[in-house]
Amino acid sequence: MALSAQQISKWFNSVKLRSFINAAQLTKQFPRPGRTLLNGFSAQPQLSSDNCFLQWGYKTYRSSSLRNSSQSTNSSRQESNSAQSTLLPVVNEQSEITQELPSFDSELSLEDLDDLPPLSPLQQVSEEEAIQIIADPLLPPASFTLRDYVDHSETLQKLVLLGVDLSKIEKHPDTANLLLRLDFEKDIKPILLFLKDLGLEDNQLGGFLTKNYAIFSEDLENLETRVAYLQSKNFSKADIAQMVRKAPFLLSFSVERLDNRLGFFQKELELSVKKTRDLVVRLPRLLTGSLEPVKENMKVYRLELGFKHNEIQHMITRIPKMLTANKRKLTKTFDYVHNVMNIPHHLIVKFPQVFNTRLFKVKDRHLFLAYLGRAQYDPAKPNYISLDKLVSIPDEVFCEEIAKASIQDFEKFLKTL
Amino acid sequence: MYKPPGLKWLHLRDTVEMRLLKGLNAWKPPAPKQRICFLLCPVEGSEKKELTLTATSVPTLTDHPLVCGPAFTSLKIGVGHQLDVQSSGVFVLGVGHGCKLLTDLYDAHLTKDYTVRGLLGKAMDNFQEDGRLVEKTTYDHVTREKLEQILSVIQGSHQKALVMYSNLDLQSQEAYEMAVRGVIRPMDKSPMLFSGIRCLHFSPPEFLLEVQCMQETQQQLRKLVHEIGLELKTTAVCLQVWRTRDGLFMLDDALLRTQWDLHSIQAAIQAAAPPGGSRAGEKHEATVGHPAAPQSWLAFRLQGLGVCLGAGELCGALKGQLQ
Repeated sequence: MALSAQQISKWFNSVKLRSFINAAQLTKQFPRPGRTLLNGFSAQPQLSSDNCFLQWGYKTYRSSSLRNSSQSTNSSRQESNSAQSTLLPVVNEQSEITQELPSFDSELSLEDLDDLPPLSPLQQVSEEEAIQIIADPLLPPASFTLRDYVDHSETLQKLVLLGVDLSKIEKHPDTANLLLRLDFEKDIKPILLFLKDLGLEDNQLGGFLTKNYAIFSEDLENLETRVAYLQSKNFSKADIAQMVRKAPFLLSFSVERLDNRLGFFQKELELSVKKTRDLVVRLPRLLTGSLEPVKENMKVYRLELGFKHNEIQHMITRIPKMLTANKRKLTKTFDYVHNVMNIPHHLIVKFPQVFNTRLFKVKDRHLFLAYLGRAQYDPAKPNYISLDKLVSIPDEVFCEEIAKASIQDFEKFLKTL
Repeated sequence: MYKPPGLKWLHLRDTVEMRLLKGLNAWKPPAPKQRICFLLCPVEGSEKKELTLTATSVPTLTDHPLVCGPAFTSLKIGVGHQLDVQSSGVFVLGVGHGCKLLTDLYDAHLTKDYTVRGLLGKAMDNFQEDGRLVEKTTYDHVTREKLEQILSVIQGSHQKALVMYSNLDLQSQEAYEMAVRGVIRPMDKSPMLFSGIRCLHFSPPEFLLEVQCMQETQQQLRKLVHEIGLELKTTAVCLQVWRTRDGLFMLDDALLRTQWDLHSIQAAIQAAAPPGGSRAGEKHEATVGHPAAPQSWLAFRLQGLGVCLGAGELCGALKGQLQ
């Protein structure tokens, strides 16, 4: 019996929903409990975590919330029903909808249960008792989707109303488990208030939580320390809000890691502190992403493409995305722009947007201009077309102003490529 | 679809699927369903506190898009005749039920039109411009007449092959009439067959050919260019292979990369569906869901033939050309 109490308290303390409790085991013990079980029950109110687990939004007063997640065989249900009906006369006076386990342990006398014979399912039951027996369809004990639980969990419902995409979170079973266990008021609300303090708007909270669902497992003090660190590095409040919005994982990085990353960028790019700050604010993904591609790209720019260091610095301050671009695409684009379109390095440095656009766009437009005879990229000559106009403007504007042709001509030309 | 050069056909198909899914998922979802749950409530107008079960309808969040994920996750999109990476041109795709019609299209053995641009004087190992140079030759002796002579020789031999593969008895009157009309087609699998070759343009070193063929691959066309060069006692390499027609789908109706979205594709399918009356009309009941009627979004069946358009009476033509 001591073993059973241990088992039950262990189970109460565990955080794993998916661990399947053998209901038959428990309910078998239930009608023949010893004193120790009662101790286990009375010890319950002190375990605060259980309350949130038990008050799942499940508006029944199933006699054993033990059975909330661990339903199995018909036999066990029968037994539990019979046990329930013996408890019914005891709790009828309360007629409360949300029943908690501690409320009936005072009335429950286990010796009575020992004496009462087990009721058969064919026994007559009075009307009130019949109403009290609530037999909702059971919640599945384990599921691969949160859909089954969303109607019964207030936390999940409130998250959906906030705009969190549960279909993405359920792909990570640990977090999904955690979310089911958390109570909205106690655990989630402080974090939400903290995020709002930082400057996130209400409608942005959903997107943030969808990306960084792990924030619920962080301590509030850690989060505050990290924000304090960022502020100590002279990031303004608006900056921090923008960074957190664009890169939700930023808050999950420890202070040392953030420090390392910032230090890396400062050393690698050899930019001033203010410029590094601006860079990181514009593209906070640099801090959260891996550093290997950045190192690779720096090498590519220097060695393969032949840009000088100050040129690279200039380009990066204009278009930070270049640091995380795909190496192969970069080389292909550069190859086309430099060798086929014959644009020298210094012009490319002036307009680094070419590295940000798709290659086919550059190719199509250049070939069209070449066909029309307007492909002039030398600023010294007349009819000069700057690179940023070539790539950054939409098709209609490009056709009318730069190519001086209609969109239909452009499309016809594209079909001849 | 118009496949631009430098794009793998599989990537094209995947891009189109992604764009269609994006368009479909952007539609307004239906109203949230309700579920019945029984709640204990006090009975109205009774003195003592009695409880009774009342059935109430509560909106359920089980089908909310944020809980289940996007409504459409994949589409059946089939491709017609393949185009390799370097070539460009008309590329037929079938969506949903249209995939079944793709097999009919394949069996119909319709011809395809290609425009092939060649360059004299060079020979590459992969018959294209970006390969490894094998040899260089002079081509001054080549004239247009010689080229056309060779082309007619090729055409003649392929005509004979056409007849052979079509399993027709040339002695019969029907076969003769069909041959006169030029609608002989091979019955089963056959090697590449040309039904027509002619020279559009000849300015040495470049020349432009128009080829009508079936059961071909683009690499075979490039090899053809190479062999024409050999016949002319020089060498040739292929610059561009460009498909202008695939069966009944013309270049004018092909959708460019900028037009690969739900609306244009819907419009294309609706235009492809013939006015009705013929057997074609029964086949394509163009029950294309209209974006303004969100109730029919679940019954969205893209039952048109493919995404690339053709002239009308497609199936009528198929019937006529199937022997």
